[in-house]
Amino acid sequence: MIVWKLARRQLLSSWRSGEVRVLLFALALAVAAMTSVGFFADRIQNALARQGGELLGGDLSVVSDQPLPESYLEKARALNLRIASTLEFPSMAMRGEQSQLADIKAVSATYPLLGQMRISDESRDAGRVVASVPQAGEVWVEPRLAGMLALKIGDTLTLGERELKVAAILQQDPARGGSMFNIAPRLMMNVADVASTNLIQYGSRVRYRLLLAGEPQALEFFRNAVTPTLQRGTRIEDVQDARPEIRSALDKARQFLGLASMASVILAMVAMSLAALRFARRHLDTCALMRCFGASQQTILRVFLLQALMLGLLGSACGSAIGYVGQEVLARLAGALFLERLPPPGWMPVAGGLLAGMATMLGVMLPHLLRLRDVPALRILRRDPGEQNAASWLAWLPGIVVMLTLIFLSARDAKLGGIVLGGLVALALVSALVAFALGRVLRRVSAAAGGVWRIGIASLLRRPGASIAQVAGFSLGLMAMALLTLVRGDLMHNWQSTLPPDAPNRFVINILPEQIPAIRDFFQNEHLAIPEIFPMIRGRLVEINGQPLDTTRYTDERARRLAEREFNLSIADLMQHDNKITAGRWWRDDERGQPLLSLEEGIAKTLNLHLGDRLTYDIAGERVTLTVQSLRKVEWDTMRANFFAVVPPGVLEKHPSSFITSFHLEAGREETLNRLTQHFPNLTVVDIEAVLSQVRAIMDRMALAIQFVFAFCLLAGFAVLYAALAATREERADEVAILRVFGASRPQVRAAILAEFAGIGLLAGIVAALGAEATAAIVSTQVLHIPYVFNPLVGLATICGGLLLIPLAAWLGLRRIVDTPPRQVLLSV
Amino acid sequence: MISDSNQNIEIEASNLSKHVTSSEGVLAILADFSCAIHAGETVAIVGASGSGKSTLLGLLAGLDVPSAGRVAFRGQNLADLDEDGRAALRGRHMGFVFQSFQLLSSLTALENVLLPLELAGISDADARARHALERVGLSARLRHYPRQLSGGEQQRVAIARAFAPQPAVLFADEPTGNLDAATGARIVDLLFQLNAEAGTTLVLVTHDATLAQRCGRRLQLEGGRLQA
Repeated sequence: MIVWKLARRQLLSSWRSGEVRVLLFALALAVAAMTSVGFFADRIQNALARQGGELLGGDLSVVSDQPLPESYLEKARALNLRIASTLEFPSMAMRGEQSQLADIKAVSATYPLLGQMRISDESRDAGRVVASVPQAGEVWVEPRLAGMLALKIGDTLTLGERELKVAAILQQDPARGGSMFNIAPRLMMNVADVASTNLIQYGSRVRYRLLLAGEPQALEFFRNAVTPTLQRGTRIEDVQDARPEIRSALDKARQFLGLASMASVILAMVAMSLAALRFARRHLDTCALMRCFGASQQTILRVFLLQALMLGLLGSACGSAIGYVGQEVLARLAGALFLERLPPPGWMPVAGGLLAGMATMLGVMLPHLLRLRDVPALRILRRDPGEQNAASWLAWLPGIVVMLTLIFLSARDAKLGGIVLGGLVALALVSALVAFALGRVLRRVSAAAGGVWRIGIASLLRRPGASIAQVAGFSLGLMAMALLTLVRGDLMHNWQSTLPPDAPNRFVINILPEQIPAIRDFFQNEHLAIPEIFPMIRGRLVEINGQPLDTTRYTDERARRLAEREFNLSIADLMQHDNKITAGRWWRDDERGQPLLSLEEGIAKTLNLHLGDRLTYDIAGERVTLTVQSLRKVEWDTMRANFFAVVPPGVLEKHPSSFITSFHLEAGREETLNRLTQHFPNLTVVDIEAVLSQVRAIMDRMALAIQFVFAFCLLAGFAVLYAALAATREERADEVAILRVFGASRPQVRAAILAEFAGIGLLAGIVAALGAEATAAIVSTQVLHIPYVFNPLVGLATICGGLLLIPLAAWLGLRRIVDTPPRQVLLSV
Repeated sequence: MISDSNQNIEIEASNLSKHVTSSEGVLAILADFSCAIHAGETVAIVGASGSGKSTLLGLLAGLDVPSAGRVAFRGQNLADLDEDGRAALRGRHMGFVFQSFQLLSSLTALENVLLPLELAGISDADARARHALERVGLSARLRHYPRQLSGGEQQRVAIARAFAPQPAVLFADEPTGNLDAATGARIVDLLFQLNAEAGTTLVLVTHDATLAQRCGRRLQLEGGRLQA
């Protein structure tokens, strides 16, 4: 009871006198960062996944080469999921004498679950959004198919045993899917008509798809329930499987948001530690006095533990509330840009924030509480006892455990967490070392220096521990801000260069070798940049190192699919400029004609292939054995034509090949395509502009989310800098008062403060700049897998920021004291 | 646990020594000090700065432990108690007034006086604290923070805080050291008046001869040794 009363009174008093506000603010900030950034990141991630889901036509899709069991449908219905089903199969579409291979997609009335379809009456029309699917007896055809079969609205075409009426031109199917290079034009029909075509027979190549959309938990439940029962040839796809370029962008965004949320947590915890240090120092006298008046160590521990708990509860509650409101505001701001409303936040993060906040508070406070407990009563007579005594390293352990847990939870990525933590530990060591070494140098300098410099340097030297903590605090704050600036820059740069405005948006396939010169001429005459034209030879992998390929040895469904399908092999003398060798080397001039192979590293990993492996391909009935000489990293999200397998010139030229190219066609120049196909009727032009737009839209929104979260981290960074300044403000106020009493002029005092903090700031700036550049390089290249761009400007800005802003902020904080008559200052300190 | 001796001795110090080790070797702050202080006695420990007065006060009050010798309070050897045991003893039987007042800046005058009362678990703490402040003439300043009070007022709060729990022994370390002569004189009057009313044993450290004269007995320290 006494403990409660004392704790409450002290806390209220501390609150009134303002000394716990920094601690409370830092805690609220830490919790707000955890709930707001962490949770906003989650919501954005969910929303982005939904956005990506449009490319799939649903959140989740079960795909099979045989009809799906009724039990899946029942399960989905039971979980209140929205359901659509589709069948896809290739078939000839005929009109009179003309026939064309088409990619038939039969859809149920509820298709698509996510995204929108657009249809039009004319091929060139952009089309209108429709909420329905083709009626029974009707079909929608893509412009390309309409062109090939000269179809108009109202015409009929024959599909198997059925005649169907063309009701619209299909301009956009959100879930276009499929491989980009083998696309036949699409024909969409109602699933009810499929049976009457009599096209689906035993052995037909049909892809059955069950599309699902709904609450994430229900989807997860469905996935978990169904996965163990999947037959061979059946798999579950989500957006990440649908499009690698989206997946790559999503991953990077998620990692950056993780990095940002982790940085906020670290910064806020550092701010708290600094504030707790100040709190403890200010209560040393209280504890000595309490000991003097007979309080036991237990009583002191309880009184301060209770204060920590109360502060923790208050700070966590405020932080959770701020976080909840903050992320809602962010979601609303960003929500206008999303097609769908962001999924609701729920109350779990608030509870999580409270829990994390209490754990953080106790973890951070424990060493200081133990230090307060151990303050000797003698301190009341002599100042020094209790000033230096520090808690054992064991006391820091819970705080470190809490920090590590929160860092890894908020990073959502062990590798990212590990790298940033490694950077932090290195930074802490380097700051301590630099501060220590500088201390030795300054000791010598201060003997020679005079006036204000001596006072400034003496301030630094008198509290080596506090100075190191302060330098480390400033360094951390600056480093986190610089690190995020650098990585954000790399990410934005990478996204812009991935899909520049002139990224290829049309692929041309089926080019015959003899047409190449004429096609080059065509591009020149049309004033289009002459694109690179790549040969493409189709081959099936049959042997690895002389052993027949046994696809059943791949337990991974994706690996089996990749191994079973035909490879597109290409020929290249020089490597494409956006590829990068990750193992082995590219061929030399004298190796032309040798049976060598360069493999994309991802497929090599999936199929467990290594440098030196001999791969035998069946190319049009002939066997060719090639030795893997290099592995390449390919940027698939650039949308350029790229190949898993490339051989040097002089190896596969005698095999039948076709050529492929990609180019950028500006909007409004579509008639060029008509001229191209008129000149070269055998060519197939694939339009990926719609896919590109979708990817660009997603990247734009992610960029926006990243800017929001980045701004939040900057705030947390400033909080740390503030806490580091506030940590020693009272002592500095004392010093200023004494200097003023002894006749120091205001300019002299100002110079002393500026000199000291310029020293600290410069040191912190240098350490932070180096730490940030090094960590950014590792994060960009190792985690985000994007090129690291050395940015000396950010480093320079960090050092200048340290050198100028920290002294300025220190001056602003102490200005009031300097301007006040010394007598008043002495009374108030 | 604590026995009242036949001679009514409150505090007994035997062969007390205190030394500290520094870079310049071992420094003796107090050497071979012995004395007995009886209940109700007023004792002044006098001497120049650095003569070991405050160190002696710290040892007698159990705030510090001697390098050699023993201190007994009512026959109880303080060295037999641990830190918490000595704290409990102080809480029950001792009060303190310091040169620099030692008020907690974050607590009001009333809250400062309440602190030892509440730590001792006294039930009518609030009433006693108010009464104590009234006795020192500060009933109008209960809600004021130390920084809003003058030096003399702050020391009066400290005196109220020291007397409120009705200690057996009051230790005062240079109680007028931070005050001007007139204020100091008023504080001393107040101290002795309250002391006389309560019958408290007073151990006072000072270098002020006038103040020392008001005590029943003076112990003169020089270079850490008691002068005859």
